[in-house]
Amino acid sequence: MKDFIKIENLYFQYESSEENENRSYALSGVDLTINKGEFVAIVGHNGCGKSTLAKHLNSIYLPTTGDVTVNGINTKDDDRIFEIRKTVGLVLQNPDNQIVAGIVEEDVAFGCENIGVEQKEIRKRVDNALKAVDMYDYRLHSPDKLSGGQKQRIAIAGIIAMEPECIVLDEPTAMLDPQGRDEVMNTILRLNKEMGITIILITHFMEEAVLAGRVIVMDSGKVLLDGTPKKVFSQVELMKKHRLSVPQATELIYRLRNCGYELPDCVLDEEECVQALEKLLK
Amino acid sequence: MVRDITLGQFMPGTSVIHRLQARTKIILLIALIVFIFLCKNFISLLLITLFSLLTILMTRISFFKYLKSLRVILFIIIITGLFNLFYGSGVILWQWWQLTITLGGVYNALFVIVRIALLMMVSAVLTYTTSPTDLTDALERLMKPLTVFHVKVHEIAMMMTIALRFIPVLLEETDKIMNAQKARGADMESGGIIKRVKALIPVLIPLFVSSFRRASDLAMAMECRCYNGGKGRTKMKVSHFKLNDLFAAIISVTVFAGVIVCNILFPAVI
Repeated sequence: MKDFIKIENLYFQYESSEENENRSYALSGVDLTINKGEFVAIVGHNGCGKSTLAKHLNSIYLPTTGDVTVNGINTKDDDRIFEIRKTVGLVLQNPDNQIVAGIVEEDVAFGCENIGVEQKEIRKRVDNALKAVDMYDYRLHSPDKLSGGQKQRIAIAGIIAMEPECIVLDEPTAMLDPQGRDEVMNTILRLNKEMGITIILITHFMEEAVLAGRVIVMDSGKVLLDGTPKKVFSQVELMKKHRLSVPQATELIYRLRNCGYELPDCVLDEEECVQALEKLLK
Repeated sequence: MVRDITLGQFMPGTSVIHRLQARTKIILLIALIVFIFLCKNFISLLLITLFSLLTILMTRISFFKYLKSLRVILFIIIITGLFNLFYGSGVILWQWWQLTITLGGVYNALFVIVRIALLMMVSAVLTYTTSPTDLTDALERLMKPLTVFHVKVHEIAMMMTIALRFIPVLLEETDKIMNAQKARGADMESGGIIKRVKALIPVLIPLFVSSFRRASDLAMAMECRCYNGGKGRTKMKVSHFKLNDLFAAIISVTVFAGVIVCNILFPAVI
């Protein structure tokens, strides 16, 4: 389906005390369309509005001006708010703070219980969700005995169990160690490929953004770049100008090219980088 | 250090008592406590003591653990025992200055000690054999009728669940903050009680601030998962009363009836 999530001319201002009269907009004029089944990564440095944007997608925040529509439903429509939240699930940064129950499987069931799914169906969904994130063996454990990556996967399972069409992840790997980060990224990729769930990944790790099908770069509340990882990361100059990094492999090849070596245009991961260098050194 | 505190006192197991419904256990426990205090003579007291000890044995948890639960209130037992000893009427057994010990006093003391000890131990049966989750769930269902009086039963149960979930998280955090303050030279182990309490302030303030942050995060996460109070909510695990619950109820009711019969047949001593 086209136009699954549509963001039109979105402006957002945080409500704050009256002291700072001319407070700036956290989001100033965002226009985006996200299609079903896409894997979109949103990158940008701190305070660029990427998390604020994420919270607009399931009506946690409402636009100051402009509109966000999910599946044709405006997020301002108060009566259909749960329909939106059922469609778009949001996973937050700190895994500890989003687990409600003291037993893994009960936490995964929490969302289903809220939307009034039938008892037998919940059981089935919880088991499937736990299998999807590869945490089925831990279903009777207590969450505090698990690692950060495992907890984050439980949080993702809790969203999957509600059978959303889209999952928004707000820096899900920021608090994890490298191993936990890999676990979570593999899970996300699998969900996108195997279950066809639309993924919107907010991150500041460029290495993660490379894995997406589409990268959106944000800066000061606006969309700066939007395109395939290749298209976005080939603009190293522009990215640097906005104090954004590019993946290490891309950076290395870019610098070597500037030194006059004949290398391909844009390289995204280590493997491509090794191949390019191998060719050069032969 | 702080991590060592075990949460609740649940000891997993598969005994007959473990397998009973949490609701059955709560109701029978309340009834049992009422009957412990209804005993009026030694025969009925003996009956209820034997029944309680039998229940304790059936949990297959070492009796030593139950005795440990008594340690906390040992002081209260001794004090109330002493007070009762000197307060009573009947045949005077011993007298010195204002203090008199009467036969009635001895009986009173004996009864009160046995009652408090039993009360503690049978309550431990519930907490030792029921997981906190089951306990909260059972309380929610037992209190359901109170919704008529606008008691927010679901909310109370939800708060208990969240509290249980976050106790270990906050304990860990306390430990971290304490270490951070120690690294900056805070001294928490020396000095008198007032100095030590004062030393805790720089631990408690960051803990409070971070709890609020956590609470706000959790609220958002719950909203993301369509939490809307107890309305229209379903449950994944719904437990039903089974045959063993019925047996437990029948046995208990028989014993309780026995207590009443003994109370009527034999003369009351207190």
